[in-house]
Amino acid sequence: MNGMMSLELDRLLPELFLAGAAVFLLLLGSFLPRRHQWVVGVLAAATCLAGIVATAVDWSGESMAVFAGSYAVDPATNATRVVVLASVLLVLAMARVRGHARETEFVVLLLLAALGAVLLAGTNDILLLAAAYLLASVPLYALVGFAKDAPGTEASLKFYLLGALLGTTMLFGVMLVSGVGRGTDYPMLHHGLSDAPAIAVAVGAVLLLGGLLFKAGAVPAHFWVPDVTEGARPAVGAIVTTIPKIGAVVALYRLVAVPFDAVAMNWSLLVAVIAAVTMTLGNLAAFFQTDVRRLLAYSTISQVGYLLMAVAAAGRAELALPSVVLYLAAYAVTNLGAFAVVCALPDARTLDDYTGLRRHRPWLAVSLVVCLLGLVGTPPTGVFAGKLTVFTAAFDAGLGWLVVLAAVNTVASVFYYLRWIAPAMRTSSTFGRPDRPATVTAYVAAPLSVAVGLLAGPVLALVGGGLLLP
Amino acid sequence: MLSIVVFLPLAVAAVLLAVPRLGDAVVRWTWVVASAVEVVLAVVLWVGYRDNTAGAGYGYGYEVNRRWIPSVSSGYHIGVDGISLPLIALTAVLFLACAVYSLRMTDRIRSFAVLFLFLETVCLGVFVSLDLILFFVFFDLSIVGMYFVIAGWGHRDRVRAALQFFLYTFLGSLALLLGFIGLYLAAEPNTFDMVALTEQNPLAGKGTVAALVLLAIFVGLAIKTPTVPFHTWLPPAHTEAPAAGSAILAGVLLKLGTYGFVRIAMPMLPDTWRDWAWAIIAVGVVSVLYGALVALAQQNFKRMIAYTSVNHMGYIVLAVGAAGLVSTSDEQAQSLASTGAVTQMVSHGLITGALFLLAGVLYERGGTYDLGSYGGLAASTPRFAGLTAVAAFASLGLPGFSGFIAEFQIFTGSLPGAPVATALSFLGILVTAALFLRAFQRLFLGPPTKTVAADLTATETVAIAPLMVLAVVLGLFPRFLLDLVEPAAHTLGTLVSR
Repeated sequence: MNGMMSLELDRLLPELFLAGAAVFLLLLGSFLPRRHQWVVGVLAAATCLAGIVATAVDWSGESMAVFAGSYAVDPATNATRVVVLASVLLVLAMARVRGHARETEFVVLLLLAALGAVLLAGTNDILLLAAAYLLASVPLYALVGFAKDAPGTEASLKFYLLGALLGTTMLFGVMLVSGVGRGTDYPMLHHGLSDAPAIAVAVGAVLLLGGLLFKAGAVPAHFWVPDVTEGARPAVGAIVTTIPKIGAVVALYRLVAVPFDAVAMNWSLLVAVIAAVTMTLGNLAAFFQTDVRRLLAYSTISQVGYLLMAVAAAGRAELALPSVVLYLAAYAVTNLGAFAVVCALPDARTLDDYTGLRRHRPWLAVSLVVCLLGLVGTPPTGVFAGKLTVFTAAFDAGLGWLVVLAAVNTVASVFYYLRWIAPAMRTSSTFGRPDRPATVTAYVAAPLSVAVGLLAGPVLALVGGGLLLP
Repeated sequence: MLSIVVFLPLAVAAVLLAVPRLGDAVVRWTWVVASAVEVVLAVVLWVGYRDNTAGAGYGYGYEVNRRWIPSVSSGYHIGVDGISLPLIALTAVLFLACAVYSLRMTDRIRSFAVLFLFLETVCLGVFVSLDLILFFVFFDLSIVGMYFVIAGWGHRDRVRAALQFFLYTFLGSLALLLGFIGLYLAAEPNTFDMVALTEQNPLAGKGTVAALVLLAIFVGLAIKTPTVPFHTWLPPAHTEAPAAGSAILAGVLLKLGTYGFVRIAMPMLPDTWRDWAWAIIAVGVVSVLYGALVALAQQNFKRMIAYTSVNHMGYIVLAVGAAGLVSTSDEQAQSLASTGAVTQMVSHGLITGALFLLAGVLYERGGTYDLGSYGGLAASTPRFAGLTAVAAFASLGLPGFSGFIAEFQIFTGSLPGAPVATALSFLGILVTAALFLRAFQRLFLGPPTKTVAADLTATETVAIAPLMVLAVVLGLFPRFLLDLVEPAAHTLGTLVSR
């Protein structure tokens, strides 16, 4: 038994690294003088690198559920680990907290939020799902209010209230589902729910779904996204629109594919409708935004819509899981690249403030164009490969109407991304100085987003094994 | 070899971007030399190409097939045949003409050269692709490249025109993508490989689904071509684009659409293509007539040329439609129509490219495209007048020019299958003749109303004249082109008739 336990622990090295680093760095930070606080950031980055290496080592291992079947270690979890950890690295590089009085707190909260996102993706038990939900949410409430200014505080409050509401209803859903399903882990629910009372299952499932949609920033739980992204610091905006989404979408996928697979309810249609509404609403709302962060916020909502298409195809198309992972990886890198440009130009709040970018900072302009066209899904960027596979999966699952709608939405989205590119291409005489680390992050993220597309073949092959099924 | 031809311009562009503080002169000449090397390479490809379609029926020259995204069986699969090779040569020649034409340009020449080199790679990439995803990647990037050309160097209303161009053609490319996904899912085993899809004919006998897939692909390509009623993006894009941009847009980018018909729609969906051939012919005839009539009404020289493009593309759509009329037509006529379509693509590229560059010269001298502002230019600018006259006559399909060979083949090939449609299209030639003669008269004859001092400069002549020389050579000695196109067109004919 003892040997068994240690074997399971080494499947969980990335999570242990994150948790251990968060505790250790918090202690370390309180002893370090302020001018040496940068050590904390460096160690956090080292933790992420170690986590990525541990994941790579683990990848060839057999898919299994560890800790009494409550946590799945499979290609889906591993992919989430890599994407989340890489995102944390990018955020650490672009965040402007050097020398800040609470630098350590920022880093630790970020690590905890990342841990929450990874746990959400790997959870194989609805009780753990609820715990992961809290871990992925609470550090973010604090991060949003990090600047202690009025917009940040307001955003934080709004975020917290909505999160608390949907968290509570989610707990109610956990109770209902585990009650009628006579169990809490997914394989058991998979069997238990098939002959459970349909109404109770449906209500419980919808409540569970609500919590995850909140984390993913999908309609109807999307109201916090624009306010939080606009009110918080740009780096925090990058975090809340990227990291929790990764975990939440994989968690949704797992929920739909395993415990609710056998339920007598048209899951696919429900998720497809949510996807359709999310992408359309996000796009329409983004159309005439003048604040770049608000525009990006609505763009991230519409991106979740495309991601949910693959969730709607879960279990009905071979490509569904690989496509969702590929899209998530591409989306994370591309979205962070766009946010890195925003971080690099902290004074440029509106679209017009970007006038003259091409003339004064040509490479930053190129990075911005690559990332924005990447978000559109222009080949050969990663999001294109993601969209291609997601569309194919949805088509394969018989959701042709959704694919057509998504294509129309993609065309519509070109409009608002071009509204941002157009002023950047115009000339102006003056332009502010960009922030150096964030600029470098943008230079890294933009080529990376193209690389994900060009290397789509290997990425898809890596997650070919798919999900741990009962 | 083929990969080098495709990616050489991109590599040169990367070098131009990476090397700091390059003088404008260095950038210009690097661009010209790179484009010239591309022309030489295209000639080498042409000379070295051995037709092997007789054996297997799907032979491609210089074929390369590497794994790229094996999970969706999409690969880096490229190759050329008698249909794509002339278009590759055309692309190389037109880009060289644009590079020479832009020798005197001063406005942000480095970015301009980089964009054009990028566009050259992208256009060549479309013509060599034998994989739908690869095709789509290049197809879509052409839109991005052209957007920046129009938005960055266009005329007064450029931002709006560029946005309209991007949105409209992007919609088309996504429709195309939906069609590609439909083909992929229908194939067994699923694949994006064009050669495999052509062999499989995956949607044979699948009525509605096949029709929907063809509709998606047709709409996607028709927007790019463009045919009526999807042509509305074209006039503003052309009017606002810089001269070299217009030449590439009309000369090469429009061919991406028509090339798609002969490379993807016809061989992969032969049954459906045959079933709907009458509708395609109707679209072609409407484009021919509508394009010609609207062009006749234009006061703006560049807009007029833009609408004649709609007219000329209409002939190609008519021809590819007629090639699908198996029941009423014979094999020889179909093959003739396909040959005519490809010849027309090459011919239109040369002639319209030259016309747009000439329009650029006109704008540079007089500051407007308005026909009414000019008159009697022939006296002060004999070379400009002469070259424009040659281009105008070539464009209206006078014997001795490439346009005549192409249109003659199209009409002869379409007549047995669709006599009424062909007869109606004849009217298009009449209208085009009228409008070109009228425009020529207003610009060059009569009393001079505006003094335009300078005639064509040496660089402008060197850029434009070779295009017309090629058009004449093709008109007088078309065999070297037809020898290449005819076997491929014959193969296409058998693929459509199966």
